[in-house]
Amino acid sequence: MADYKRCLILPSTYRDSVELMKLSVALENLSGVHHAAVMMGTADNKRILREAGLLTSEGEQADVNDLLICVQASSPEAIQQIVDEANKRFARLRVDVNDSGEMAPRTLETALERMPAANLACISVPGRYAGNETRKALEKGLHVFLFSDHVDLEAEAELKQLAAKQGLLLMGPECGTAILNGVPLGFANQVPRGPVGLVSASGTGLQQVTCILARQGIGVSQAFGVGGRDLHRRIGGHSMRAALQTLAADEDTEVIMLISKAPHAEVSDRLAQDAARVGKSCVLAFLGSESRFSPADTLHYAATLEHAALIAAALVRDEPVPSNPNDDLQRRLPSIGAVRAKLQPQQRTIRGLYLGGTLAYEALWLLRRSLAKVASNLDATLNATGGADHVVLDLGAEEFTSGQPHPMIDPQLRHHQILDLARRPEVAVVLCDLILGWGMHPDPAAALAAAWKEAKKVALDEGRQMICIAAVCGTQEDPQGYDQQCRVLRENGIILAESNVQAIRLAQAMIEPSTKAAGAGPVAEGIKLKPPTPSSDNMIPEIPAHLPALLASGPRVINLGLELFAAQLRACGVPVVHADWRPPAGGDTRLASLLERLR
Amino acid sequence: MSSGTKSSIDAANQQALERIFASRPFLVDVRPAHELLPQLGDHSVLHAGPPLGSKTMCGPLYGAILGALQYEGWAADEAAAQSLIEADKITLLPCHSVRAVGPMTGIITPSMPLMVVENREYGNHAYATLNEGLGKVLRFGANDESVLQRLQWLQQVVAPALQAALQRTDGLDLRVIMAKALLMGDEMHQRNVAATSLLIRALMPHLVRAAPASEYLGEITDYLTGNDQFFLNVAMAAAKATMDAATGIPGCTLVTAMARNGTDFGVRIGALGERWFTAPVQMPKGLYFPGFSAQDANPDIGDSAIVEALGLGAFAMAASPTVANFVGAGGLAQARRYTEEMMEITVGRSPHLLLPTLEGMGVPTGIDVRRVVETGIVPWINTGIAHRRAGVGQIGAGVVQAPLDCFVQALEAFADDWDR
Repeated sequence: MADYKRCLILPSTYRDSVELMKLSVALENLSGVHHAAVMMGTADNKRILREAGLLTSEGEQADVNDLLICVQASSPEAIQQIVDEANKRFARLRVDVNDSGEMAPRTLETALERMPAANLACISVPGRYAGNETRKALEKGLHVFLFSDHVDLEAEAELKQLAAKQGLLLMGPECGTAILNGVPLGFANQVPRGPVGLVSASGTGLQQVTCILARQGIGVSQAFGVGGRDLHRRIGGHSMRAALQTLAADEDTEVIMLISKAPHAEVSDRLAQDAARVGKSCVLAFLGSESRFSPADTLHYAATLEHAALIAAALVRDEPVPSNPNDDLQRRLPSIGAVRAKLQPQQRTIRGLYLGGTLAYEALWLLRRSLAKVASNLDATLNATGGADHVVLDLGAEEFTSGQPHPMIDPQLRHHQILDLARRPEVAVVLCDLILGWGMHPDPAAALAAAWKEAKKVALDEGRQMICIAAVCGTQEDPQGYDQQCRVLRENGIILAESNVQAIRLAQAMIEPSTKAAGAGPVAEGIKLKPPTPSSDNMIPEIPAHLPALLASGPRVINLGLELFAAQLRACGVPVVHADWRPPAGGDTRLASLLERLR
Repeated sequence: MSSGTKSSIDAANQQALERIFASRPFLVDVRPAHELLPQLGDHSVLHAGPPLGSKTMCGPLYGAILGALQYEGWAADEAAAQSLIEADKITLLPCHSVRAVGPMTGIITPSMPLMVVENREYGNHAYATLNEGLGKVLRFGANDESVLQRLQWLQQVVAPALQAALQRTDGLDLRVIMAKALLMGDEMHQRNVAATSLLIRALMPHLVRAAPASEYLGEITDYLTGNDQFFLNVAMAAAKATMDAATGIPGCTLVTAMARNGTDFGVRIGALGERWFTAPVQMPKGLYFPGFSAQDANPDIGDSAIVEALGLGAFAMAASPTVANFVGAGGLAQARRYTEEMMEITVGRSPHLLLPTLEGMGVPTGIDVRRVVETGIVPWINTGIAHRRAGVGQIGAGVVQAPLDCFVQALEAFADDWDR
């Protein structure tokens, strides 16, 4: 057996002898190594090494303050390997130390030092800092879930280019929800794992669909958020297209769903083309989108979130795809009559008070199909002259939230709005969403019930009764518990609907007895294009190179911004380091831009 | 905002870190200052911190200079010393300007013996005075007859003996002694008992063989073994020799020196060489000896913050829960928090100076002014507290924070320079 010997001296290097003995044992266990010893170069130690036949003439030169690595191995390669390993250990930085009781890191860089194996940054810092933090995260090789808004469109385009170059996925900006490997990011519901993969430009849209699926007993493989503007013409569906390809290659995904509020026509066409050739069934729910291809074998269109979920459920079960949205309106008609009878003749209008932007959007779009004069802050028709009959408010919009917590977290805003409606004699129906899940108010049903209780009293004092219909979006596994939340609402006289679409139809039925909610039937189809065919000018985007690894190992997260996101990840057993992020240079914009220049 | 900027600044900082980590400071000699620093002429006095400029010097510094002028024989008594100062007859220079460092007032005059630390990797040298011990000492501004006599004794008895002893060695490897001392609970600013013991243990066999006059051997041994802080000055010179190896690297934003003159706190950064950026120094917070309080304290003073620049002192607080107690923090958890906070503003972790309480992580090294300005976290410094009146001496010990403004100035100056 060939024997090669080598001694390496690390001058002026001191380690405790216990550590060196442990290192010697570890080195001896490497393959091809016969003997290894790491010691300080004292006379006694050198004598021991000499007697063991490990000390070479170079090793003899070691001084008492030098560290001596002596190796006997079967090949020069093995010797090199062991020397490299020893050097690596001497140079090692601390890894994966439990962060309990430690000072929270203040920046992304130092958070990464705490968790070198992190693969995802969850960023919810104020918008004007979000772009920089996202760029840093992408440069460090982290996928990004970017919750923050107020990142401008050009910055979004640049960041998404950077993400592509780095082989990473950027979810956001304005990304409210994602579920990766069953882990809820941002505002997400606790849903089971399963065969449906989703990509959504809408947070509450994604929540609504995953909850309906969950109530059908169908789980989610991955649910990527991409941010509200991803399907803007300038962005071109960049992240959605990349995520779509990832789901196409994902073994756990059988059916793919793409969800967005009305995309730009070019973008929706490109996505349809992409979807038509991924080789898996795809359901496209582009709410309010006019330009659509006619269905192909594997391509399905849905007009509403609920319809989309039911199509996906049918595809998973290999059942015929439902063309008419399933609803229980017929079953409920007798009770509708009884409720309606309580209304005064002047009570004619529906008022939607939504916390979820996409749910509000869906309500506005559906109501307008059958009702005249529906105004909303969503399209700035609220203050138009002429006076609207019906109103749909997105209470999460900037005009309501600027400087205040989102009403999903703080129910005060909707409370005041409901009380206001109680004083209006024309209001018949208050239409609400109640969204459960991580990040949400801990007991939204109690908050809504309390507001409704007060409102009923106010109205009753004026001789009226109002109707409140709530679409509950959640699962029994959510922290708030679906059944418990529903019970509280029901006990307070709030009528429940299992989806937003059903709540909207119920509301219509309350005020339109003659039409029997005719306007709520299947959405009229517009002009159909031929099914999309592959076109040579439409390059299929690449799967972000590092995304499969994230899905294989699960997220390990660095959280910058809202601590509640870190807390929910911790509760789900996900490794997370929360950074105590603060504005750079204490918010001094001159110094911050100087720092930016010197990065 | 070009990516070239980032990579070149980061690369410069990486280069600086590599030089810091490759540095091997050895204690090699003790010699009179005038032999080592020929530029230190008649009536020249070195002091701690950045240049005083036109600012009024603080009490302890004034007191120490009065003593030094008499020690050198340039003034017969205190009144004569005062008139020398008033007549502008003395030349004041920062120790750092001649690669020297001095604790507290940091006074160095030509006759004083200096320890010589050689950076074996790069060949540069740094100098520091012998630690005078505790009690009434010149470094805290004391200047009576006993103080001057002790300085004479250090010069005439201790220095030649140490020189002879060191000449029998091949130099003492300070990086190794510091690494060992960290494992033994020293952070090498407030607490140097382990490092001092290790150094004396290494020195003593040579000292005995160097055979100073037998009537002095006992005195010298008492001096060396009776002062736990003997190593502080050694650590400072080691840190200075190490940090000097990282100066003058274009694009480097790392702090190479921090020092206080009792009025101002000053920092230097790698790219801008010997330029100082200063801001008014803060008052230390800490514990006082019986009979003294914060009202008696002088603003922070001394070159000793050079050890923090290397990653020792408050940066290595995790090694010294006992020191954390002393400065009012509570035990190991608090001690670790000091070090962890300093990790936020440093870009390197020493591969040599390790912290047993942080799973063997290296001390946080390489303060990046960009990180200081970005986070608003300023360096902590462990420090002794001098009485504000000249001649009283040390009245306590504690911690002090560097003023943010000098880091902001350094960053702005760097940016100006970088744009050219």
